[in-house]
Amino acid sequence: MLKIRKREEPWKWGALVVFLGALLFSLVLSALLLKGQGKDALYGMTVLWQGSFGNVWSLEDVLLKAIPLFLCSLGVAVAFRMQIWNIGAEGQFALGAIGATWMALAFPDLPRFVLLPLMFIMAFILGGLWALIPAVLRLKLRVNEIISTLMLNYIAILLLDYLVFGVWKDPASFGFPMTPEFTEGAIIPGIAGGRVHWGIVFCVVVGSGLWAFMRFTRLGFELTASGGGARVARYAKIRYGMLVLLVMGLSGGFAGWAGCVETSAVLNRLQPSLMVGYGYTAIVVAWLARLEPLNIAFASFFLAALRVGVENMQLKLQIPAAFGTIMEGIILLTVLAGQFFLTYKLVRKPRQE
Amino acid sequence: MKKLLKLIGLPAALLLTLSLFACGEPPQEEKKAEEPAKTEEAQAPAEEANVVKVGFIYVSPVGDAGYSYAHDLGRQAVDALPYATSKYAESVPEGADSERVLRNMAREGMDIIFATSFGYMDPVMKVAKEFPETKFMHCSGFKKGPNVSNYFGRIYQARYLTGLIAGSMTKTNKLGYVAAFPIPEVIRGINAFALGARQANPEVKVHVVWTKTWYDPALEKDAAKSLLDSGCDVITQHQDSPAAQEAAQEAGAYAIGYNSDMSSFAPKANLTSAIWNWGPMYVKTVEEIRDGTWKGDQSTWWSMKDGVVDIAPMGAMVPDDVRSMVNAEKAELMAGKDTVFAGPVKNQAGEVAIAEGTTPDDGALLGMDWFVEGVVGTTN
Repeated sequence: MLKIRKREEPWKWGALVVFLGALLFSLVLSALLLKGQGKDALYGMTVLWQGSFGNVWSLEDVLLKAIPLFLCSLGVAVAFRMQIWNIGAEGQFALGAIGATWMALAFPDLPRFVLLPLMFIMAFILGGLWALIPAVLRLKLRVNEIISTLMLNYIAILLLDYLVFGVWKDPASFGFPMTPEFTEGAIIPGIAGGRVHWGIVFCVVVGSGLWAFMRFTRLGFELTASGGGARVARYAKIRYGMLVLLVMGLSGGFAGWAGCVETSAVLNRLQPSLMVGYGYTAIVVAWLARLEPLNIAFASFFLAALRVGVENMQLKLQIPAAFGTIMEGIILLTVLAGQFFLTYKLVRKPRQE
Repeated sequence: MKKLLKLIGLPAALLLTLSLFACGEPPQEEKKAEEPAKTEEAQAPAEEANVVKVGFIYVSPVGDAGYSYAHDLGRQAVDALPYATSKYAESVPEGADSERVLRNMAREGMDIIFATSFGYMDPVMKVAKEFPETKFMHCSGFKKGPNVSNYFGRIYQARYLTGLIAGSMTKTNKLGYVAAFPIPEVIRGINAFALGARQANPEVKVHVVWTKTWYDPALEKDAAKSLLDSGCDVITQHQDSPAAQEAAQEAGAYAIGYNSDMSSFAPKANLTSAIWNWGPMYVKTVEEIRDGTWKGDQSTWWSMKDGVVDIAPMGAMVPDDVRSMVNAEKAELMAGKDTVFAGPVKNQAGEVAIAEGTTPDDGALLGMDWFVEGVVGTTN
């Protein structure tokens, strides 16, 4: 007889064992699915590996894709740690892109070292303000932020559409929805002329900054402590309302930065195809990483690698694109479900008469 | 302490996984090396030394109907050629992701890559610069370069014919149009449809709903339902799924499909579909690659007489007089007489936008951003 028991003390190296176990389990499951499609499963897994890490360029691709994911997840995690459920990273991402584009179009002739900071500042402000709307609604009117952040995503995307289909539309684009291409000064350059751009350094700075803030400052401690809820916070004489605003502002600002980086470094202009759901994927990444900044870095890298690798599988094995989504789903589900074993254990119990 | 463990746990796990993979690699490496050789052997037997490798990227899943499906039928025609092999990637988002896929295809050694959606334009231009030996064909855009040409088809000719049918079949004089994005390609189709419909029945109005997506069956269906609820009794679409067709059938209304013949999805509702038939064009392009006659920096619009655009066989509910009218107009188009946008054409405000006796050139069509009279809706 097996029985479920709560663990009394944390399982040493448990997270590692569970993660590896879950990963192995889901890879085997995916391989079986490949087999079911009549493909060479082993070759498929090799292609997956090759596509993610096998070459310099695939690593570059993974890093490029991980950057916006990391920034969005960081934002989401900041809010989640305080049990503020910000589902609105997608919209805040859009607002950040809008803010950055605004600056890029308004001051095209500024030198890079002035214009880029301006873009980042405006992206942070607009993304943050967008996130403050649900925060204020929650504090003043007790509106559930899950609903309001989610709804604001749609409004943000419509706002972006309005701008690129309307006032910001490039007159030379034959009516197609896109802004003019940014000037040199508004584009984040690649590191040493490569494709990986300086946004990655920015990620490192922001990530470690946040980690230090959470760990070493009083405010950071208060944030984590308030995760227990408003009543706990009030009992500890923590200004809960202020913290909600701060957390949401930060959260939105980070997502805004992601939007800024993606617009400036990757697309070099604002257009609707910017929105590919990083804000939603960020939620998964944040949970996968259990809301820890360093883990988020790895989780976004991991998820980006998976996406890039799976694409490679599609190309080489000619499997349906949906297979990638299925595989991603299996991995995430098993890893998350595996965390059950971190809090509980199965114990063998002698049968009693 | 617990937190610290957690902090290092996941990264450590990842690292370990990576090394695990790394250990397993050497034998797989060998396998990888022999694999491409094997497939090439299988697909290109005997003396075929100069196989043309063709890549396609699609914005939506191929599925069994719609835009990408139509392109994929064309790809299959290419694949059937003895001197060509093809590969495709589906559901590739426009923007950064498509750039990566294009690059990977170029690295795979594709001779020519067909990028089949508008949003691939900038990525194609970027990647084309990095791979000057690879040739690129971009569908529906306006940029070109030494190794990039663009192509599209005069699907508006087919739209015009479907408009004739819709205008003849409606009882409420309200036609519904589920449309993706307010870009010239879509607007051109709506205008052609409206011109056809009002040719058959001057009372008709065409109501437009924008979904702002190429492919989202649920949203497409909702948009169709809202049009049906407001009294439209013929629905057509510029979308990739047959969802709007199904909505029309459920409501007992008529529908006109797009991209591929959608009659099997809503046999009671489907009057016809404006369809793409890319096979001849793709085969011709691949032939040019083989013969070394392909040229960059070209823009080609294929029309009905080239066999690239057409309408699907009309449903049994379309009466004979409508059929003969449509067939007569189609014969004109097949003969190369394209008068779809021939003036006078009025805009929504009732002003003459295309003067009598003139026909807009392709540049004007490419940038069309206004609706003709009889369309209800805005172009943004």
